[in-house]
Amino acid sequence: MPKPKLAIYWCASCGGCEEAVVDLAEDILHLVQTVDLVFWPCAMDFKRADVEAMPDQSIFATLVNGAVRTTEQEEMVHLLRQKSRFLIAYGACAHLGGIPGLANQFTREDILRYYYEEGPSTVNPEKVRPRPRHDQNGHILTLPTLHQMVRSLDQVVPVDYYIPGCPPTPAITKNAIAALLSENPPPRGSVLAPDVALCDQCPRKASKPTQLSFQKFERPHAIQPDPNLCLLAQGLLCLGPGTRAGCEALCPRGNMPCTGCFGPTSRVRDPGAKILSSLCANLAPKTEEEIDAALDTIPDPVGTFYRYSLPHSLLRRKADLTHNGNGS
Amino acid sequence: MPDNPWEPQIVAFFCNWCTYTAADLAGVSRLQYAPNVRTIRLMCSGRVDPQFVLDALAKGADGVLIGGCHPGDCHYAEGNYKTLRRLRMLRRLLAQLGIEPERVRLEWIAASEGDKLRQVVNDMVRQIRQLGPLRLPERFQSWNRELAHQPASPSTQTATPEQEKVHA
Repeated sequence: MPKPKLAIYWCASCGGCEEAVVDLAEDILHLVQTVDLVFWPCAMDFKRADVEAMPDQSIFATLVNGAVRTTEQEEMVHLLRQKSRFLIAYGACAHLGGIPGLANQFTREDILRYYYEEGPSTVNPEKVRPRPRHDQNGHILTLPTLHQMVRSLDQVVPVDYYIPGCPPTPAITKNAIAALLSENPPPRGSVLAPDVALCDQCPRKASKPTQLSFQKFERPHAIQPDPNLCLLAQGLLCLGPGTRAGCEALCPRGNMPCTGCFGPTSRVRDPGAKILSSLCANLAPKTEEEIDAALDTIPDPVGTFYRYSLPHSLLRRKADLTHNGNGS
Repeated sequence: MPDNPWEPQIVAFFCNWCTYTAADLAGVSRLQYAPNVRTIRLMCSGRVDPQFVLDALAKGADGVLIGGCHPGDCHYAEGNYKTLRRLRMLRRLLAQLGIEPERVRLEWIAASEGDKLRQVVNDMVRQIRQLGPLRLPERFQSWNRELAHQPASPSTQTATPEQEKVHA
């Protein structure tokens, strides 16, 4: 019996998810015994034409990491959707938009101008920008263009499963692939990680107060947290109560608060609004002035509450940005 | 509704014990106020999840009004304080995401204050009228026009191979 075919593709991402596949270590040998890797641009020399030549739905599963930011990424995920039985959003960017999704607070023009003209390390006196089409003595060169905004994978093509995390841990990846190959795959649309809050896996859970009360919020670089006590009890903005478990509380074990990369549980639609609700309701002050003073200790609400999820949030993007230009 | 002039649409979350009773009082007292508010009764203003507010805006509301008991009067002791704290933060978040914070308003209206309810609703409708329509659903659609393939609506399932078991 032929082995099931697996493909891995990256879109707008940092490369950490590719690294996460390599982090399977010896288990990657087991993986290649179980499946045929038919497309993995980061590691193997297959081209787009090879994918185009495959029959529809002939790939058993494609893991796509990264958000969808460019016209090329949009084309590729449509092609891979067509060729794959299961299309899987792998990692926070494909799942929710991820860190690149924070770009949805700015226009494309703002971003291009900053990086090609104004950035402190930019030297570009002629203000050269990438051009989507260039004629070099009759040879036409083309480049993909940036979309106006960042999208999660399921905002562009239908997605069968989600493997969360920034990046997904080896255990989560292994379990997810095993679940897909099993005779009884999980229901479509599932996030392949435990559907409980991270606090459930946190070694500090016993010290979490039943009644939290914040005078203000601490920032992790400014205090030396007790390594055993619940981080919320120490005033740190730990997003564990609003974040899906599965990472075995890696960050709290490293004395850092959870930043929410596994996204919400199935009961939550908008992770930022939900964790805002949970943490801010537990402030101690009761007057507007005192509450505002306490909230000043969260200097960047969007970056704090939607660090990995702005494109997939209810509002998706800063609402009043202009939407124009040719994408060059 | 391209033929009709735009009218502000406001979703109101009123607590059962104070503001909803005030709305009842305004009704039986035959107080006239702007008809732009759609009221949803909750047991407590503390039940207003910020997700409800964002969802209302994302589905086309131009503003959200939340009414609860005066501080100290909450039937559940602390619910209105929780909502106050959440709303202070939510308004900052909205401002950062380019939505005027005035579109989300929290008011303390006691059961006896039918006339205050009338004033608050009229004032909010006037304010939203000045701000103009939010029209997030239309904005979402226009943002997606840059895509080569229009995305299927989230309810559309992909074709499922026969051998696959789809659980309930």
